[in-house]
Amino acid sequence: MPRELTAPLRPRPSRLEGLDRAAPVWIVAAAALLLLMLLPLAWLGYLSVSGERGFTLAHYARVFTDPRFQKALWNTVVLAFWSGLLSLALGAPMAWLTARTDLPGKRIIRGLTLASFVTPPFLGAFAWVMLAGPNAGYLNKLYRGLTGAEEPLLNIFSMPGLIFVVALYTFPYVYIMIVNTLELIASDLEEAASILGANRLWVAVTVTLPMVAPAILSGFILSVLQALALFGSPAILALPAGFHTITTQIWALFQYPPKVEMAAAFSVPLLLATALLLFLQKRLLGRRGYAAVGGKGAQRRQIPLGLWRQPALLACLAVMACAIFLPYGILAKAAFSRAWAQPLTWDNLTLGNWSFTFLSISTQTAIVNTLELGILTACVGAGLAALLAYITNRQLIVGHQVLGFLALAPVVIPGVVLAVGLFIAYTRPPFLLYGTLWILFLAYLTKEMPVGYSQSDATFRGIHPELEEAGRILGAGRLRVLREITAPLARSGIIATWCFIFIGVIRELSASILLFTPNTKVMSVVIFDLKEEGQFGAIAVLGLFMLAVTFVTVVLMQTVLGRDVLGARPSGGAG
Amino acid sequence: MRVVRLRQRSVAPILLCLAVLAAPAPAAAQDARVEAAKKEGKVVWYTSLALTSAEKVAKLFEAAYPGIKVEVQRTGSQRILQRVMQELQANIKNVDVIHTSDAGHYVFLKDKKLLMKYTPAGVDRFASSFKDKDGYHYGLRATVNVIAYNTKAVSAAEAPRTWKDLLDPKWKGKLVTAHPGYSGVIATHVLALVHLHGWDYFKQLAQSKPMLVQSAVDPSGVVASGERTVAVNGGDYTFYQIKKKGNPVEIVFPKEGVPLVISPTAIATFAPHPNAARLFTDFIFSREVQQVLADTEGLYTGHPEVTYPADRPKLSELKLLLVDPEELEKRNEEIKTRFVEFFGA
Repeated sequence: MPRELTAPLRPRPSRLEGLDRAAPVWIVAAAALLLLMLLPLAWLGYLSVSGERGFTLAHYARVFTDPRFQKALWNTVVLAFWSGLLSLALGAPMAWLTARTDLPGKRIIRGLTLASFVTPPFLGAFAWVMLAGPNAGYLNKLYRGLTGAEEPLLNIFSMPGLIFVVALYTFPYVYIMIVNTLELIASDLEEAASILGANRLWVAVTVTLPMVAPAILSGFILSVLQALALFGSPAILALPAGFHTITTQIWALFQYPPKVEMAAAFSVPLLLATALLLFLQKRLLGRRGYAAVGGKGAQRRQIPLGLWRQPALLACLAVMACAIFLPYGILAKAAFSRAWAQPLTWDNLTLGNWSFTFLSISTQTAIVNTLELGILTACVGAGLAALLAYITNRQLIVGHQVLGFLALAPVVIPGVVLAVGLFIAYTRPPFLLYGTLWILFLAYLTKEMPVGYSQSDATFRGIHPELEEAGRILGAGRLRVLREITAPLARSGIIATWCFIFIGVIRELSASILLFTPNTKVMSVVIFDLKEEGQFGAIAVLGLFMLAVTFVTVVLMQTVLGRDVLGARPSGGAG
Repeated sequence: MRVVRLRQRSVAPILLCLAVLAAPAPAAAQDARVEAAKKEGKVVWYTSLALTSAEKVAKLFEAAYPGIKVEVQRTGSQRILQRVMQELQANIKNVDVIHTSDAGHYVFLKDKKLLMKYTPAGVDRFASSFKDKDGYHYGLRATVNVIAYNTKAVSAAEAPRTWKDLLDPKWKGKLVTAHPGYSGVIATHVLALVHLHGWDYFKQLAQSKPMLVQSAVDPSGVVASGERTVAVNGGDYTFYQIKKKGNPVEIVFPKEGVPLVISPTAIATFAPHPNAARLFTDFIFSREVQQVLADTEGLYTGHPEVTYPADRPKLSELKLLLVDPEELEKRNEEIKTRFVEFFGA
């Protein structure tokens, strides 16, 4: 997550030293970032208050008074709050169990959380339609078969259903926050409390809990943010049930004739809510005044679970069954079935979905587009992020703090909102980019910048300027130092950034859905299109392909980093 | 043999004359057309025809004219119009042939002078309801809106027979409807039923909390899977196709009448591949393709010589509810808004 933007206490190199031959590079990077961010947002704001006769607040008035929009607002609040809470209920205990106890199979649980983290939420939603559709859903059929009941056990097309599915793919945010904090806390205090006679539960509640409280709250806020920005899951689960969230409502406003001004006005509250929440979260993390947190090398003793070992493991596996095993299983089955709702008998077995999907020209185009965009955005994004992080870490130009802020700022822009802004900005002169892959590229680049920047920032903070200074003293120019000293040291960090951005792009739906044209379709959009015709088989095939690409990337990243990806904190970017 | 030879002998001179007089010219013209189209290399087809059907048509064309690709972009009617207009606004000229199921779109597009005047070969013999009097667009296919149910879950005896039967509270949580904000077939359906039973019908229907899907193709899959047991609308060809594949789906043609949806096709004035577009348009109106649409895809067509499978009702046997395209175009916004008001999204 975003670090504090105040200048670190480090001797400030003289500014003149920074203004060498490389100065234009820094300035161009800064200008690009400024343009990238500000143009769409400025247009968004402008259009939201422009009527036929100049300035008007009518669009805002309608957003808050039209019962349809009010309902969408309220639904979003309900969804975000409860899925945040549920994420907490799932993520926090699991984090404690894997970080602090002798739970068996901790590595596996951690790996599965990672799998859940990189699963596009809309794919999870699809899978859950097949699992818990009230009538044809597998789990409901099973339940009816076992109990003879008439009524379904689960109805995924409902607010609780939506909350459940969203939480399944946002709880990793809570998990990561808390695990990372728990691993920094020394167990001395806990042990002290034990020695003084407190039992384990009491220790957990009175000692551990307060220390991780900021992480818990901030994990909660992160998952609320994810839920706010999601488009795919509500589109798949809420629309059939007859209700909108803000994101789906904004999308609906683009039906012909598009009401772009209304969409802009509706985007602003979402933007503000996101900004406010992130601000809160930063305050929480910034105020981390617990001396015990952040200590290195302290001994951490595992808490024995005793009789609870097996039940705790089962509970963790149950969550993973919901997030990973069942959804992936049903996708795999649907991929090979003629009719997804029928049992997988020889009659129902087919490879037709695979040939239909991969031989279709529009799918092929989409796969090529997605991979092109993924690679391009990852390369440019990782490069730009590294450059920016280098500038801000080495304080190379005046106002480097602003740069850092700008790089992190898109984290407050939900994908749909960004898309509305880009749509407005680039469908008119001077920048006519709509209809080209470039508009998607810009969307992805902007959206992934916070992830890329915080990743790169961490990388450069780990490389001490002393090494560079040594190089400079021996007479090398800054660029040569960068090439021969800094770059090799930063390499694995930059590759990790590349992978993060690539994964983010591959699964992106919420911005793409407003920005694509037939020639510039991407995989997530094709999946969404196929849904409108109920082509579950093809969706499953494409979804599994997308997951495969993602996992290959994750494995690559793990190999490069030589450590668990979850060690790095994620930020931003809902699918 | 003798007879044949005789006939040949008597016919041959005439044929020869005809060939000398007429044949070379059209053949050459045809060759030139095909050459021009080949140079363009492809035709971009925005279509609301169900994806599998659309791809079948595209493959037939590609087989008939090797070297010319058909780029199928299938989505709902309303979104096709949205895309065409959005792309134009951004100065993108991408689409050649526009095919939707909302006849109102063609009133709108013609009005905006976005349609190229073109009369496909042989289309003059089509039924009049399939022809634009000014020659800008023609009905490629027709479907009727029907009720359908899952035969495993609903017996023939208890199945709904009329549109009004669907209002029975016993269907609560068991219905699925497609969306007029996405599908032209459904927009037509809604308007036709508003004429028949008033908006109140939909208000009451909404009480049963139907599952909302987007495309008129989608209800067939939902009913086949058993996720909902009764579809309150949808193009009958989609149910026919899924039933043919062995799914437990039965179609009901309500006796109050079935909304007839004639889906026009037209070439855009700004078509980037105009020759390929004309060739493609001629091709899809040819007897062969129209027959394929009727045979395997379960559609109705305006072609006078097309025959229909024995298990399809004749259009003349059905009471058809017709919708005036002008009215559909004028009331499109109202249809969408009220539908959302009743059904929630």
